[in-house]
Amino acid sequence: MTTKSQALVNWIDERFPLTSSIKGHLTEYYAPKNFNFWYFFGSLALLVLVIQIVTGIFLVMHYKPDGTLNSAGIPVAFASVEYIMREVPGGWLIRYLHSTGASAFFVVVYLHMFRGLLYGSYRKPRELIWIFGTLIFLVLMAEAFMGYLLPWGQMSFWGAQVIINLFSAIPLIGPDLALMIRGDYVIGDATLNRFFAFHVIAVPLILIGLVAAHIIALHEVGSNNPDGVEIKKKKDANGIPLDGIPFHPYYTVKDIVGVVGFLILFSAVVFFWPEGGGYFLEYNNFIPADPLTTPLHIAPVWYFTPFYSVLRAVTYPLFGIDAKFWGVVAMGASVVIIAFLPWLDRSPAKSIRYKGPIFKAALVVFIISFFILGYLGVLPPTPMRTLVAQICSVLYFAFFLLMPWYSKLDKCKPEPDRVNFK
Amino acid sequence: MSVDQKMDSSRRTLLFATSAVGGVAAVATAVPFVASLSPSARARAAGAPVEADISKLAPGELMTVEWRGKPVWVLRRTPEMLASLERTADKVSDPESAVPQQPPYATNAHRSINPEYMVMVGICTHLGCSPSSKVAAGAEGGMGADWAGGFFCPCHGSTFDLAGRVFKSMPAPTNLEVPPHKYLADTMLLIGDDGKA
Repeated sequence: MTTKSQALVNWIDERFPLTSSIKGHLTEYYAPKNFNFWYFFGSLALLVLVIQIVTGIFLVMHYKPDGTLNSAGIPVAFASVEYIMREVPGGWLIRYLHSTGASAFFVVVYLHMFRGLLYGSYRKPRELIWIFGTLIFLVLMAEAFMGYLLPWGQMSFWGAQVIINLFSAIPLIGPDLALMIRGDYVIGDATLNRFFAFHVIAVPLILIGLVAAHIIALHEVGSNNPDGVEIKKKKDANGIPLDGIPFHPYYTVKDIVGVVGFLILFSAVVFFWPEGGGYFLEYNNFIPADPLTTPLHIAPVWYFTPFYSVLRAVTYPLFGIDAKFWGVVAMGASVVIIAFLPWLDRSPAKSIRYKGPIFKAALVVFIISFFILGYLGVLPPTPMRTLVAQICSVLYFAFFLLMPWYSKLDKCKPEPDRVNFK
Repeated sequence: MSVDQKMDSSRRTLLFATSAVGGVAAVATAVPFVASLSPSARARAAGAPVEADISKLAPGELMTVEWRGKPVWVLRRTPEMLASLERTADKVSDPESAVPQQPPYATNAHRSINPEYMVMVGICTHLGCSPSSKVAAGAEGGMGADWAGGFFCPCHGSTFDLAGRVFKSMPAPTNLEVPPHKYLADTMLLIGDDGKA
């Protein structure tokens, strides 16, 4: 570095922790050297967040959150999305990047969460990282749900109708709460406008704050790894973990490989399969919202379906309160329970590599139940499907609630002192 | 601060008191923001009653009228349809309409003023989808051979009979709502106003 630019850096460093931040978070942040494929998804989630924010900003320049009908009898909001798709130069691409990005966000986040399950990334001392992560997941679901109303199609309208009515199932305050959320007695212009405000300002701000907290907490305790051993326990004379390598350049370069691979798949979907077979953009959403007609089949977007199935699986009233209230409780619990994993897992080993057969079997059953719930969530209900959903919901909760016992009973292999690295 | 330093307790009390008052003010500031989320004066004023001309409604036919942004169904029931209500009475969860989902003048076996015309809000009491019309009895509608005619909610599978009564063990907790309504003439309905409210 030339002396002039070094002088500039020094000038900044005396006023702002520039060099020390770069060192602390990149060049001297030591990550375990044995990261594998599963460790791409954290940085990819960050990439998708950036894609969503940038495409979102440009969409807002043309989109109109207006539920009233235009002179042609089409809701203005719906028409403005069509306008973006057909008349704004490049608008179709920006819109497809944003809509595909929503699904990609959940793909990446689900894989990122699964990584945590595999390698025990939620265990002490990473409980707060995990809790922040669960909150990010919750907020992301709120963000996706509110964003889905904006195109003002049939699925936007009726999906929101169903979800907002969930809140009215809460005893005493429910109906007033649903009224506050809608801002009207029915879903209408007021609802659309407030969802727009939340989707573009309030929720993204919360999301970015939580992502920052997630990363700050991670960099405080250091990353877990596929062996689940703490690299900070074995340090060299300079206090650098023996199994650690600087995040930059090693993992920035590795993550670029992940980014390239991701962008190849992402672009393929955006250009050749943007509707995702009706799962990324549902066909009924190409029909303007009609408050008088419910589409024959309402299914949430694919990323909500496992939780939606849990909601539908509850069909019994309890303690004199409607089944639908308990459905809402079960659905909420199925997300919130994830946050408690650090205290439910009593296994001596962190990583799946050293955990015993019981935990492995439980994880397999859990993942299969999750997929079945997801699949059932896109289908119309039948008594048989409801029964299957009930069994899978029980298995889903059993994975968490029985974990303190089966993880303790399990025969784990001894964890190594150092990470395995070929 | 050293441990033995004496605390000025009167200043501490003042500090707590001002913080408490400031906190109350901060919370009070939230009131207009929260209030702004509830329906506006315009939204509250909307919802005028609507008239529905049912003179062209053929027996067995269903028409939909928009009232307060919701679909209101008027079903002209045939004698067979009315007879089916007796058969469904022991299969529905609230056959006597004990839950006040209807005005007093519709709290009867057929849940309407005039047995022939059933007026109800076409919104499922579960999560607010609009059920599909399956008014034809029998297997054609895909509802099974013993189907007596009624409505099927596509969202969560609740079924209702031709008086909007929910069948037992369904996600929907109550019967479909009957809106306040009255007859201005034999075939002219006013939905949303019964002159009693």
